[in-house]
Amino acid sequence: MPVELYLDLHSQPCRSVFIFAKINQIPFQYKAVDLAAGENHAEEFGKVSQIRKVPVLKDGDFILTESVAILQYLARKHGTPHHWYPADNLEKCARVDEFLSWQHTNIRTNGSKVFWFRGVLPVVTGAPVPKEKMDAAVEDLNLSLKIFEDKFLQNRPFVTGDQISLADLVGIVEIMQPVATGLDVFEGRPVLSAWRDRVKKEIGLEVFDEAHKVIMNVDSLPQIFENKGLPEFLKMKIQKMFN
Amino acid sequence: MSLEIYLDLFSQPCRSVYLFAKKNNIPFDHKNVSLFDGFQYSEEFGKINQLRKLPAIKDGDFCLAESVAIMIYLAEKFRTPDHWFPADLRKRARVNEYLSWQHTSIRMHGAKIIWFKVMIPNLFQTEVPKEKMDATIENLNIALHFFEEKFLQDKPFIVGDQISLADLVAIVELIQPLGAGMDLFETRPKLKAWKERVRETLGAELFDEAHRGILSIQEHVKTMDASGLAPLKAKILKYFLS
Repeated sequence: MPVELYLDLHSQPCRSVFIFAKINQIPFQYKAVDLAAGENHAEEFGKVSQIRKVPVLKDGDFILTESVAILQYLARKHGTPHHWYPADNLEKCARVDEFLSWQHTNIRTNGSKVFWFRGVLPVVTGAPVPKEKMDAAVEDLNLSLKIFEDKFLQNRPFVTGDQISLADLVGIVEIMQPVATGLDVFEGRPVLSAWRDRVKKEIGLEVFDEAHKVIMNVDSLPQIFENKGLPEFLKMKIQKMFN
Repeated sequence: MSLEIYLDLFSQPCRSVYLFAKKNNIPFDHKNVSLFDGFQYSEEFGKINQLRKLPAIKDGDFCLAESVAIMIYLAEKFRTPDHWFPADLRKRARVNEYLSWQHTSIRMHGAKIIWFKVMIPNLFQTEVPKEKMDATIENLNIALHFFEEKFLQDKPFIVGDQISLADLVAIVELIQPLGAGMDLFETRPKLKAWKERVRETLGAELFDEAHRGILSIQEHVKTMDASGLAPLKAKILKYFLS
């Protein structure tokens, strides 16, 4: 029986799981969870995961949250090519773990914040985010990108060296988030751009574009909110998140 | 000794690495450094960890940051008992799940308590607005709810009958607010029982030794020379208060 993957491709960690499963031909049932409509707060989804976040993996009676854990689980269970998570090479594997740990409160936090400030909050509140808050968020994102280039990538093709790994996959989906709001972080960053092109090529343009289709149409968010009516509790939660 | 571990036991992730290495009798050169002296900004340390954070290890030529990555590396290299990072697919997934989730929940909100109550007021003579403190406590309570209801449930330890990296990473974060006099275990009997179990399993003496510094920080901070931190004041305030 194929695993169930609960996903909303607006979410970065959902994209990394989606891409990984697709390119490794891991059979799965796509269970859509519409975050903008607050579906993760519905009773039904609460039975899948009380934390009410996506992605979630359901493998028979085994339910797993957290994209990093899901990716590592799928890699091992399906015996995907070693380069994704090189368990046979202690130091390379440590490099992947190092990035997967660091990214939570750096590139992920800062990329998400810029996405919310540019693409979501103005729609929800009807007003742009104050300039100094926006500038600070972009500054933090720039710092994360600099660290990514200087420490994690350096002059290597990929984070661990010659081959793509989970680190590059998680990295690219997080960096694409602010890009989706029209902030081209690749401009003026030739090293980062070259890495992005390499990663896209390894993933395959078709799967990459499929995964990023909804987020790259984030201009349609106002339409989505208008059509579905953003639940009140979601409006409050969003405002609280970034105060 | 070829393995150097850079630690300041004020830091939660430093304590988990320290406890793991000591408990498993992993031979290492304990490089005791001070975050408050700004050692992490020295040229010397920059060569070991560009991220300029602790903990960090230098194993021969190999340098590594991030406590989660460090402990997994040490567990594999020194072949520590299986229960720390179980080979079983599902058990390992449960450990990985907790290690991932905790960054932006327990760790993120728990870390702020001591800075808000002790460090910022004493080192920078700055009062933290009440609503910031209240919001942090609310977020921490939500995280604790999930910790008990989803991760621990009615098991002795997070993964089941035996301690793992998940419990170790959790305990050092949950002790941190105690340094500010905030006892998260007081009103949570299940959590308290788990804490005692973890402390006993690690060895009470070792556990208490690792936490001696943080538990006496309220006294120590009064005589601390914070001049090393002055250049970082703006950055620290921005990080914790924005």
